[in-house]
Amino acid sequence: MSASASLPFLATARSSRRHALPGFNLSLGLTLAWLGLIVLVPLAALAIKPWEIGVGGVLAVLTDARVLAAFRLSFGAALLAALVSVPVGLLIAWTVTRYRFPGRRLLDALVDLPFALPTAVAGLALTALFAPNGWLGAPLAEWFGWRVAFTPAGVVVALVFVALPFLVRTVEPVLRDLPLDAEEAAATLGATRLQTIRRVVLPALLPAVITGFGLGFARAVGEYGSIIFIAGNMPMVSEIAPLLIVVKLEQFDYAGAAGIGLAMLLLSFVILLALNLWQRRLRRGRA
Amino acid sequence: MSATRPAVDDPALLRWAAVTATLLLALAIFVLPLAAVFAEALRRGWEPALAAIVEEDAQAAVRLTLLVALIAVPVNTIGGIAAAWAVAKFDFWGKRLLVTLIELPFSVSPVISGLVYVLLFGAQGYLGPWLQANDLQIIFALPGLVLATVFVTFPFVARTLIPLMQEQGREEEEAAATLGAGGWDIFRRVTLPNVKWALLSGVLLCNARAMGEFGAVSVVSGHIRGQTNTMPLHVEILYNEYMFVGAFAVASLLALLGLVTLFAKALLEVLAGRRIGARA
Amino acid sequence: MTVDVENLVRRFGAAAALDGVSLSLRQGEFAALLGPSGSGKTTLLRILAGLDFPDQGRVRIAGVDVASVPARDRGVGVVFQSYALFRHMSVAENVAFGLRVRPRRYRPPEAEIQRRVRELLELVQIPELAGRYPEQISGGQRQRVALARALAIEPQLLLLDEPFGALDALVRKDVRRWVRGLHERLGITSILVTHDQEEAMEMADRVAVMERGRIVQLDTPQALLEAPATAFVAGFLGEATRLPLYIERGIARLSEFGLDDIEIDLADGEAVLFLRPHEVRIEPAQASRAVVRFIRPEGTGGTRILAETGSRIIEGISHAELARGDACRIRPVSGTVFHGDGTTHRWQRQEAWAAG
Repeated sequence: MSASASLPFLATARSSRRHALPGFNLSLGLTLAWLGLIVLVPLAALAIKPWEIGVGGVLAVLTDARVLAAFRLSFGAALLAALVSVPVGLLIAWTVTRYRFPGRRLLDALVDLPFALPTAVAGLALTALFAPNGWLGAPLAEWFGWRVAFTPAGVVVALVFVALPFLVRTVEPVLRDLPLDAEEAAATLGATRLQTIRRVVLPALLPAVITGFGLGFARAVGEYGSIIFIAGNMPMVSEIAPLLIVVKLEQFDYAGAAGIGLAMLLLSFVILLALNLWQRRLRRGRA
Repeated sequence: MSATRPAVDDPALLRWAAVTATLLLALAIFVLPLAAVFAEALRRGWEPALAAIVEEDAQAAVRLTLLVALIAVPVNTIGGIAAAWAVAKFDFWGKRLLVTLIELPFSVSPVISGLVYVLLFGAQGYLGPWLQANDLQIIFALPGLVLATVFVTFPFVARTLIPLMQEQGREEEEAAATLGAGGWDIFRRVTLPNVKWALLSGVLLCNARAMGEFGAVSVVSGHIRGQTNTMPLHVEILYNEYMFVGAFAVASLLALLGLVTLFAKALLEVLAGRRIGARA
Repeated sequence: MTVDVENLVRRFGAAAALDGVSLSLRQGEFAALLGPSGSGKTTLLRILAGLDFPDQGRVRIAGVDVASVPARDRGVGVVFQSYALFRHMSVAENVAFGLRVRPRRYRPPEAEIQRRVRELLELVQIPELAGRYPEQISGGQRQRVALARALAIEPQLLLLDEPFGALDALVRKDVRRWVRGLHERLGITSILVTHDQEEAMEMADRVAVMERGRIVQLDTPQALLEAPATAFVAGFLGEATRLPLYIERGIARLSEFGLDDIEIDLADGEAVLFLRPHEVRIEPAQASRAVVRFIRPEGTGGTRILAETGSRIIEGISHAELARGDACRIRPVSGTVFHGDGTTHRWQRQEAWAAG
């Protein structure tokens, strides 16, 4: 343990650096090049392109009745779908984390299906299922007279499928880490089980629910593949905003397509920002 | 847990109702759509379904899908590893902004992801005239498909690795450095073994999305049969031409890809002993 | 090897973690950096290891300026606070790591590596754990693995960052003595970072007491106790009662604490008097403001008493029979005075006063 085997290394001293671990310049450089070339430069094009037709031109595109109807459907259906996902997602997350029953693990894995299933396949599947002669479409039409496929209702159904896993996957870990002590404490203080769930469990889940709602909404509002098969795509009725971008592009109206795209992005960021602020206020109130 | 903690035990009736409702919902939301795809594909038996898959254009679509994924996934894997290393192992100005920007593509509509490249490289895009003058084609060709796919699958690897590597801290890497290890040795011998399952899971999800992406590639593809049609686009063309069995047969292939991905991810989580990359 | 640190400054934002630290260690010395958390001791250690970098100042190891030498080339062994063992490697692989990552021309052949690993594991007395993984062994065993791993690179300087913090109290004492014994055998210059004064005083040849980014005193444990340089050192080391006082014409008034005034031959002004428990006699008294609050028998050395007087608790020794709640008299016999002008003095009660 005496000889200085490490001393030769001292002689090979390298240039001075401010980081203890190597690879900072390489990794950050790669990251910035990757991010810049793939994401930032193209998105900059989206931000610049619409103004080629002037502010008036952009406003004309966006206030067109067909465009307005498409925005109403895209944002309305996405919000509704995210909203529907909340109780459904809470129920699934609760059962999967709190109860033991046969098929629990399989169910838990299946929740990720909408992530793993290509959107076009999901769209095709839901269309087949809810078509007037489909396994679910036929009984719904016969018993209730409801039509789902090729209507705005179909859009909402497809978006629930898309948004649901976000809810389950954000609520599940919080629910699992929620200390049972708090619920036991509530019980010792005389709360009924339902009171405990309403006053102790649900408030603790609220921030996660907002996160999941936001993620589900963000994904749903831009969704394309799973909708275009089931929506029927009738202008003014069941036509979504992303489809209008495709239509504009087919007419080589780049500026108009970019205008719709930019408006969609900005509008959904405003909504996500509002959710974020709400969540931050909840967190601060708690701390 | 129920046996030992009676205070948080729900009434049996409530429990039973919740489990039943959950199972029925899961059946309707997850199982029935999957079953419908396979049922529609096999509506007229195995033969027409198989024929639709081995047919020439379908085979070309399969090859193109594999090729696109083969390029896009490694790009995002390397980018994701670099980003995770920079974010988790160093402190620098603007780190939080960087992480936000990396996740940005997840909140951009797939159609917009394709659109941005048309704006850059399309016939009337910023670089369109120059590309035409030099006889280069990006949109309606392989490079466009790859770019759009890289965009939509951009965050998968980075976002599975970043939280995990941040949680694991820097001490093991620092210990390795004091023991004389260089950058590559530290990464290969210390960091990588600790994150391999998460990395694999991120790559898997990235791949599933890359092979299944529809909206973004639809915008940049041009839908030329046998040339710029990926599998999901091929499904759409067959469907629009009322070739339902063929459409659902190719869709079944994609659905199988999804199922294999799900299974492999569940397996990886067992191996890693934890849930990885909670959401996509 | 020797370690020379000159005027080291390290800032994190506006706060200075190190504010002009200088330190010189001799070959083979065992030094301790002792201070409360946030005093800069771990920052100093990380700079020595090459894991952090100073904004100003110089570090020389064996006379070589290491400013431009990265951690991997310093040959400094580090035992991390949480050990930082590689969790996916067995104990033997952990120990072998430093040898396996050497540049090819300095790398020993595999058989030699195996032999060295065996040797090191025997040195730290855990040869039977070679095949185990870190999560399968106890805290004390992990600590030995971390030490063996650091020793494998034949370091000329060994840095120990709170290495005993994660061990339970019983194991800690044993491991401490064992590590010190190992140091005697190997003779590697070592620096121990700790906030535990008992640990520092027991293990180190010299202790550097750190406060807010500065070394306030570097001395042998004995000297630190007998001649603390500042009130901070006196308060941080050992047990002591701290009494603020005002000196006027050679007399310090202690009546507000219920004690007799004492004679101190110093200039007028504010001062602080530190009294070690053995410097305070506690005696039974009839009428007194002081009351016995807690009693702890010390065997032959009398009884440790905590007495309350006014709003203060003063600790001292009694040789008489006292019970909780008894009235008592508190009589300091010696102490250390830190005068407001920055000077330090020993104070000894004069015989005449002691008799009174």
